[in-house]
Amino acid sequence: MNRLLSVRGLKVGFGRGNAAKTVVHGVDFDLEPGETLAIVGESGSGKSVTALSINRLIDDGGGRILGGRMEFTTARGEVIDLACATDRRMETIRGSEIGMIFQEPMTSLNPVIPIGRQIEEAFRLQRGLGRAAARLETLNALERVRIPDAERRLGYYPHQLSGGMLQRVMIAMALAANPRLLIADEPTTALDVSVQAQIMALLAELRRETGTGMIFITHDMGLVAGIADRVLVMIAGRVVEQGRLDDIFDRPRHPYTQHLLQAVPHFSHGRKVRRHMSPAGREMARPALKVEGLTVRFPATAGLLRRPVGAIHAVEGIGFDVMPGETLAVVGESGSGKSTTARALLGLVKPSSGTFSVMSAEGLARRKPMQMVFQNPYASLNPRLDVEGLLAEPVLAGGVRPDASTRQRMVALLERVGLPADSLRRFPHEFSGGQRQRLCIARALMVDPSVLVLDEAVSALDVSVQARVLDLLIDLQNELKLAYLFVSHDMAVVERIAHRIAVLYAGRIVEIGRADAVLSNPRHDYTRRLIAAVPTTERRRDVFRLETAAVPSLLRPRGYEPPEAVWQVCGEDHQVLVERAAAAKEIR
Amino acid sequence: MNRFLTRLLDHSSGRIGGVIVLAYILIALAAQAGLTPYDPLQQFRIERLQGPSLAHWMGTDMFGRDVLSRLMIGIGQSFLVAFSSVGIAALAGTLLGLTAAWFGHLWDGLVMRLMDVLLAFPAILLALLFIAVVGPGTFTSILAIAFVYTPIFTRVVRGPALSLKARDFVDAARTFGSSTSYILSRHLMLNLVAPLTVQVTLALAWSLLTESGLSFLGLGTQPPASSLGLMLSDSVNLMEMAPWLLVFPGLAIMIGILGFNLLGDALRDILDPRSRRALA
Repeated sequence: MNRLLSVRGLKVGFGRGNAAKTVVHGVDFDLEPGETLAIVGESGSGKSVTALSINRLIDDGGGRILGGRMEFTTARGEVIDLACATDRRMETIRGSEIGMIFQEPMTSLNPVIPIGRQIEEAFRLQRGLGRAAARLETLNALERVRIPDAERRLGYYPHQLSGGMLQRVMIAMALAANPRLLIADEPTTALDVSVQAQIMALLAELRRETGTGMIFITHDMGLVAGIADRVLVMIAGRVVEQGRLDDIFDRPRHPYTQHLLQAVPHFSHGRKVRRHMSPAGREMARPALKVEGLTVRFPATAGLLRRPVGAIHAVEGIGFDVMPGETLAVVGESGSGKSTTARALLGLVKPSSGTFSVMSAEGLARRKPMQMVFQNPYASLNPRLDVEGLLAEPVLAGGVRPDASTRQRMVALLERVGLPADSLRRFPHEFSGGQRQRLCIARALMVDPSVLVLDEAVSALDVSVQARVLDLLIDLQNELKLAYLFVSHDMAVVERIAHRIAVLYAGRIVEIGRADAVLSNPRHDYTRRLIAAVPTTERRRDVFRLETAAVPSLLRPRGYEPPEAVWQVCGEDHQVLVERAAAAKEIR
Repeated sequence: MNRFLTRLLDHSSGRIGGVIVLAYILIALAAQAGLTPYDPLQQFRIERLQGPSLAHWMGTDMFGRDVLSRLMIGIGQSFLVAFSSVGIAALAGTLLGLTAAWFGHLWDGLVMRLMDVLLAFPAILLALLFIAVVGPGTFTSILAIAFVYTPIFTRVVRGPALSLKARDFVDAARTFGSSTSYILSRHLMLNLVAPLTVQVTLALAWSLLTESGLSFLGLGTQPPASSLGLMLSDSVNLMEMAPWLLVFPGLAIMIGILGFNLLGDALRDILDPRSRRALA
């Protein structure tokens, strides 16, 4: 049997004439049928460009293949050089021989056409099926990607489905014609951990079932371990290392590969957590932030007349306290209410009930004592203000006119977060993602807060940048005795920074306690599931199991009041919510 | 300010647009100061409807008035109407659009439905209605044109303002405790500069045309005063006999609008910090 794909000396460039720029400088690799190759590298390393060159979508993106051969063996045994195949030829190959999954499922689907119709179209184009036959195949395809209740979902529009479901739809479409090669370009980057694990499991299972060869592009070494047979590491358009998975992971030769492996936050089940103060000491201290019974409900309406039918109980009776110099991590998947909690504390959404109080570090509430750092550093800085204007914002909001001392503080803070002092006159677009997040941190620190709410503050960053920003946060905390409320879905990151952890599920805290206790001895089912979904470099190949349990609906009928939460204490500073079914059993 | 000027001059369309607009302003000022070749109202009865010559560079009209002199006065008049009306429309539209987007609910519904009603009428018809109520004249035609173009500005501002309102940096500003007026004026307005400049340049061109239309119908600038639109409308019946009466005001309008559009493009680029690199 022939090789599926053999790439030799692939060179790709963008632009013409003076502006021409080569971004991929001679890439070689082979792929056997049914094999999975992971292409790893940080943003801008040319990994996506390489993949897009294989199905020649790069032509539409303004790129050009400058040299090299890409020999692809079709199902009929023909060998085609994809580098110089005609457009018409490529059209027959794309989809039917080479399928592709993109990073953003939301933007890859047409928002105004039901998903059933979109998948049907793929079948009709690829296999020339009639309407009824295509419909039947579509149903099968949806079941193949484990979409529950497939028949009803055919009529759904993309916005009615979650990100994970949409990515499944994309996979179903990519597999419509049983392609021999599937290119997955960061298919899980936009999803959160537990959904990511589901998609990875699906890909692994489909590969076993269909024997499709796969090229998997990612920047996350942790994911590679679970799925790849072979790994190719790229840096600045060149391959610096390639080989079998175990060789690369156990004996990385190139310093960059070693760096990438080290940058993966290693999750060690709570062995590496930070210690702060003893539970006894905590009892004595005055909390910097104290939250009691925080509840946020959004009214839900139905029908033409917007009749109120109930309420979405986004956050339900949450209570915790955070000491100065301590990090409380709030973990959970999207829809668990963790961001709503953060937003309620900052006054961005109105809580329905509950109280919270903030104590400034020195006991005097001089200025706004709580500040927030957002997830997306690209969106949370006004692109039209320069750094000086951005940093002045919280000061201006406090009604203070910026003066020379403000400016001094700006320079000092910029230096403290590791940005050049001449940044003041520059604009956000001149900074990288990591630098922008540093800028956001500096902005939040302008008014001496005692509590910093970090809403997925490092989730949007590359792994190595992530590690450095975390270090900065830890240093700042130690220095300024800041209390952090660290909202995250990434258990490995949480392990590095948290002293205590609160696990949120369906708007309620289901487990809270010391980080080492929660991570090493998770008591709630959901906590265990979250921890099981963490990808690591130690667990290799097919460790992802398919989990279809969805987040339960938070819509409650009018006037519904949840029963009192029952807590079970399981060790020093570690308690878990007793689920209602279990509680009922105990009472009986 | 100095930096702004150098950047404007570095921008190729900014250079051309700037020169054109500056020239028009100078011409209008000169005309106001009486620096026209002839008195624009003086009638040379013997030299009626003469083509361009050394004495009359752009010829004379049916009353024997010097076209060049009338054109210079007309430019001032037309641009006064265009600038004031667009200025008023942009101000009112921005205010309405911003507050509609920000406060939402009832206010949004009220403002936008009203604007929809206004948008449903053809511009000239609406202006006619307005003038019919208030009476003709320069000032009323300014108000009428502003009235007609306000809904467009409201729409143009409200859309982006709605999406800006949901952006993280607005949330961030709210977490600092910034006041609503600060967020509206700084965060929202700064980011609305681009769509507004484009809209203003387009609206300047339209309002020149609307003013011409109103003058053509005898409801805008009243003779014997002159405006570009009035000159055009006077020339229509003599088009075959004296084409210069049509060509020169037409050219003046065309070049003027071109100048505004080029300048608008340049301003949009210069005011956007993201393109600063590319220009440098």
